[in-house]
Amino acid sequence: MESHFGIVFRRFCRHRMALVSLIVLGVMILMAVFAPLIAPYGPNKVAGGFSKPPDAEHLLGTDQSARDMFSRLLYAMRVSLTVAAAATLISTAIGVLLGMAAGYFGGRIDQAIMSFTDMVMSFPYILLVLVAAAIFEPGMWSIVLILGFVDWPGIARLVRGSVLSLRETVFFKSDITAGMPRRYILFSEILPNVIAPVLVYATSVFALSILDEAALSYLGMGVPVTTPSLGNILKGAESITILTGKPWLWVPAGTVIIVMVTCINFVGDALRDAMDPKN
Amino acid sequence: MRRYVLKKLLLALPVLLGITVIDYLIMSLAGNPLDMMSGPRITREAIAFKATRLGLDMPLWKQYLNWLNELLHGNLGYSFKNYQPVAQIIGSHIGPTLLLMGASLAVGLLVAIPAGIYSAVHRYQKRDFAVVTASFLSSSIPGFFLALILVYVFTAKLGWLPSNANSLRWPSQGGSVWGVVKNMIMPVAVLAVSVAGSNIRYIRSAMLEILEADYLRTARAKGLGRFRVINKHALRNALLPIVSVIGLQIPTLFGGAVIVEQLFSWPGLGLITMNAVLQRDYPVIMGVCLLSAVVVLAANLLTDILYALVDPTIRY
Repeated sequence: MESHFGIVFRRFCRHRMALVSLIVLGVMILMAVFAPLIAPYGPNKVAGGFSKPPDAEHLLGTDQSARDMFSRLLYAMRVSLTVAAAATLISTAIGVLLGMAAGYFGGRIDQAIMSFTDMVMSFPYILLVLVAAAIFEPGMWSIVLILGFVDWPGIARLVRGSVLSLRETVFFKSDITAGMPRRYILFSEILPNVIAPVLVYATSVFALSILDEAALSYLGMGVPVTTPSLGNILKGAESITILTGKPWLWVPAGTVIIVMVTCINFVGDALRDAMDPKN
Repeated sequence: MRRYVLKKLLLALPVLLGITVIDYLIMSLAGNPLDMMSGPRITREAIAFKATRLGLDMPLWKQYLNWLNELLHGNLGYSFKNYQPVAQIIGSHIGPTLLLMGASLAVGLLVAIPAGIYSAVHRYQKRDFAVVTASFLSSSIPGFFLALILVYVFTAKLGWLPSNANSLRWPSQGGSVWGVVKNMIMPVAVLAVSVAGSNIRYIRSAMLEILEADYLRTARAKGLGRFRVINKHALRNALLPIVSVIGLQIPTLFGGAVIVEQLFSWPGLGLITMNAVLQRDYPVIMGVCLLSAVVVLAANLLTDILYALVDPTIRY
């Protein structure tokens, strides 16, 4: 008898693209985590000539302030991945808690939570982010909070739906009959059963968060300019001389975003397939 | 049916009201327009006078109720910056945004529908794989990066298209239609790529589900041609879930339009909204938020009604 995770893993491995994506993503995350060890220079250190094209010493060239672009890119990946991961964690936690509360308690509480969810969902996302970005002091952690607080409604809906169908199961009813404590039912019985779809959804939130951080930073409302992030690096390409004459300053950062987000989407898609009991 | 629509409408109203309350709260947390004018040359009296004139000296709940009261009398208020009526500002900028969103949705779907069908029909073949990979790529590329690439190629290298719409003139101002189209190509392309990227997968999975249905086997068994089976029997049934997904995409599309309008200086709602946010121009922000909330709720409502009309198993 194969364990559940064994089955999921075996099915996941059937998706060759997803497997490749997982490896690429793993390498990128390792590079980001160990950026201080890998990067030849500090992110803001003057390293050599100004605006030099790539060569053997500076793999991706240097920028107008003579900083090594390869090092900056590594640190930027670190910042962008941290922002996206933290935002995903926050929104997943909020979504799971609210969704479980709505599904479990039902009635008035359910109605209140779900209409709040509807409100946040009907809000053009970008307006919320822009206004929120104007409220908070600009900083890396405020971006995390902003993204974390706008991305949860999808997860809340998903969890509520699963809890509602779990309520009809025999094991749930026997828990209630046996008078099990509420905390045990919520966190030891319901939570493990809703985690699979949440995991799949969270991968897409993670991908979206990377894109949103980049877009916000590009518009000048995200991570402060002093901290390198993928969006901040791309902001440099607003100047026409950089855009046309110095592609090494902006093409790598954009490519990194595309590769990262595509890989995450492939992994999420394969996870969905692998966890789907219908397959 | 009428009761169902009425019920849905009544349920949407509190949500709408709730959205305006949240809007007002968040917006006033963001700071007020008076902070922007303080400086060594402006006296305290001048600021106090301005606050009274704009009604900013009242408590927050009172400001909100005033706004709501004016709204119920059909008045969206006046911009704090140039004292123009908000309704007029929105009215003069909504056209370009609708044009941009409509064109992008149309182009995106024109690509996504055939691509999704093609991919579903050739399931698990190399062709399917190629389409799915392309759709993943196009929903993974940040809009502004795509915009940079397009500007690099079509403005900087080829010199075919303008990089911004600053010199855009509408036909009513003596400009040519071709001039407008030239200005639209890049912004529409950026938005359409993301529309197509996400929709190809929806259409593909909707088609896959239907291609396995019994009535399709019947249609094939009757000896109907492949074209008729796919276009008449499968596509029409697959369109139902697709319509509902498109309704849900309107907020995202509007969000995309806000960013694209910044990138290409497209004179639409997104551009004025961004300026209003930066200047804390409350009435304009509230007007745009209200409008977008109404549009989103209307789209949801329309989707529900369409669903109820088409699917007889939904009880209302």
